[in-house]
Amino acid sequence: MENSINIKLKVWRQAGPKAKGRFETYELSNISTDSSFLEMLDILNEQLINKGEEPVAFDHDCREGICGMCSLYINGRPHGPDDDVTTCQLHMRKFKDGQTITIEPWRSAGFPVIKDLIVDRTAFDQIIAAGGYVSVNTGGIPDANAIPIPKPEADEAMDAASCIGCGACVAACKNGSAMLFVSAKVSQMALLPQGRVEATRRAKNMVAKMDELGFGNCTNTGACEVECPKGISLANIARLNREFLKAKLQD
Amino acid sequence: MSSTLGSSIGKKLLMSLSGLFLIMFLLVHLTVNSFLLIPDGGEFFNAGAHFMATTPAIRVIEPLLAIGFLVHILYGVKLTLENRKARGSARYASGKKTTGVTWASQNMLVLGITVGAFLVLHIAHFWVKMKLTGDPLLEHTAISIGGVETEVENAYALVNHTFSYLWIVIVYVVAAVGLAIHLSHGFWSAFQTIGFSNQIWRKRLTVLGNLFAILIGFGFSIIPILQYLFYQG
Ligand code: HEM
Ligand code: SF4
Ligand code: FES
Repeated sequence: MENSINIKLKVWRQAGPKAKGRFETYELSNISTDSSFLEMLDILNEQLINKGEEPVAFDHDCREGICGMCSLYINGRPHGPDDDVTTCQLHMRKFKDGQTITIEPWRSAGFPVIKDLIVDRTAFDQIIAAGGYVSVNTGGIPDANAIPIPKPEADEAMDAASCIGCGACVAACKNGSAMLFVSAKVSQMALLPQGRVEATRRAKNMVAKMDELGFGNCTNTGACEVECPKGISLANIARLNREFLKAKLQD
Repeated sequence: MSSTLGSSIGKKLLMSLSGLFLIMFLLVHLTVNSFLLIPDGGEFFNAGAHFMATTPAIRVIEPLLAIGFLVHILYGVKLTLENRKARGSARYASGKKTTGVTWASQNMLVLGITVGAFLVLHIAHFWVKMKLTGDPLLEHTAISIGGVETEVENAYALVNHTFSYLWIVIVYVVAAVGLAIHLSHGFWSAFQTIGFSNQIWRKRLTVLGNLFAILIGFGFSIIPILQYLFYQG
């Protein structure tokens, strides 16, 4: 096993939302295979800054796979060649010495480019604001066993709740659909008694917001599920369809 | 109601219901067509065709079928155009390397248009001749239905003659295969759309859908092929 590799990067550079972008090529040598993909980009940016050039803009925050901030479409896949990880969890050992790595922003009409590799994902925040919450009156801490929840439901709700809102599902979708994200956010609450109270309103409002923002119609290709770093299942989309149609039927 | 059917899931519901309706139709159609393989000079098939043409229910079923196709085609095109817009025009320079996504699921419109183009030809071959213009081949023939001698159109003769042309047989086989690929994704997708799926049912529906697609593709191919090879003269 080599401990360090030399690589060539093809990086999308775009000065602003309206500016015309282009690919820029950079060479990096002696990159440790133990470093993460974002650390590799840090090294690139340090070199660019030292040369007096503009560093590459990319999103990141927690760097441990829980915040959903990092993105990047790497060599043909959202979050790169590894399965079920975010870009911050991707390691350079997944690449070969001498390999060319192409790095692009998420591409979907719902996620316009802000700068370089950063896209505007506030559409997801707007969808959450349309109903992705439980309205609670704060009071004393309730008894943990007051509302029994069957284990399978609790597990499925937890699985759905693991969605970090990264947007890889949209980036992978040929229809620019946000259904996997919305279905996870609806499911995590639809499965629990606390969430049922507002379930119909939530399903209707979040889908309406998703449509209004111009995301596409899901045709069940399943690319989202394959590329989701958290393994969110298509079964959630079936549940969202069910929740939505049931809610509309009650009107 | 309009806000339901105007929503993304509502439009998909129309696709799903019209698709499932067309699936039911395919089953009936294949059943009647299978009578073509009974080596009785077409008597049983003619009886079946006679029943389908004269049953009062056909006055409801035929327009319903036309509406089903129309809704499915119009919304299929509409959804695909909307989805192109939602996706945007920028493409990935490094391509799409996502694995495990079926070709069928990404080419439903192309497959649908193949079936649609075939449909025009198919209607011209049979429906137009049987319902509108008539054809010398359709000349009445006497068959016995439940022991009663009845005069019916000789639909069998028309079908049999149509399938004496090799190019027609080839077009039918291509369309049947296209339809089968359409259904290899469409079948499970229709259930997913109406919400009838989960982790377990997804596997079952995909298997069932593939079996159904094979049945339809094989059935609608083998009938013209056998007619061409063994039922002429
Ligand atoms: C007998 C003929 C046909 C049958 C049985 C059939 C069946 C189906 C089914 C079951 C679906 C899945 C619906 C869903 O995902 O909810 C589907 C999808 C689709 N069909 Fe057809 N179809 C037929 C003909 C056509 C034709 C002629 C077109 C022409 C435009 C077409 C275009 C489409 C498209 C574009 C989709 C994908 C839409 C989506 O998933 O949102 N189909 N079809
Ligand atoms: S569903 Fe998966 S891919 Fe989509 S936003 Fe959530 S974590 Fe990211
Ligand atoms: S930086 Fe938080 S998930 Fe990658």
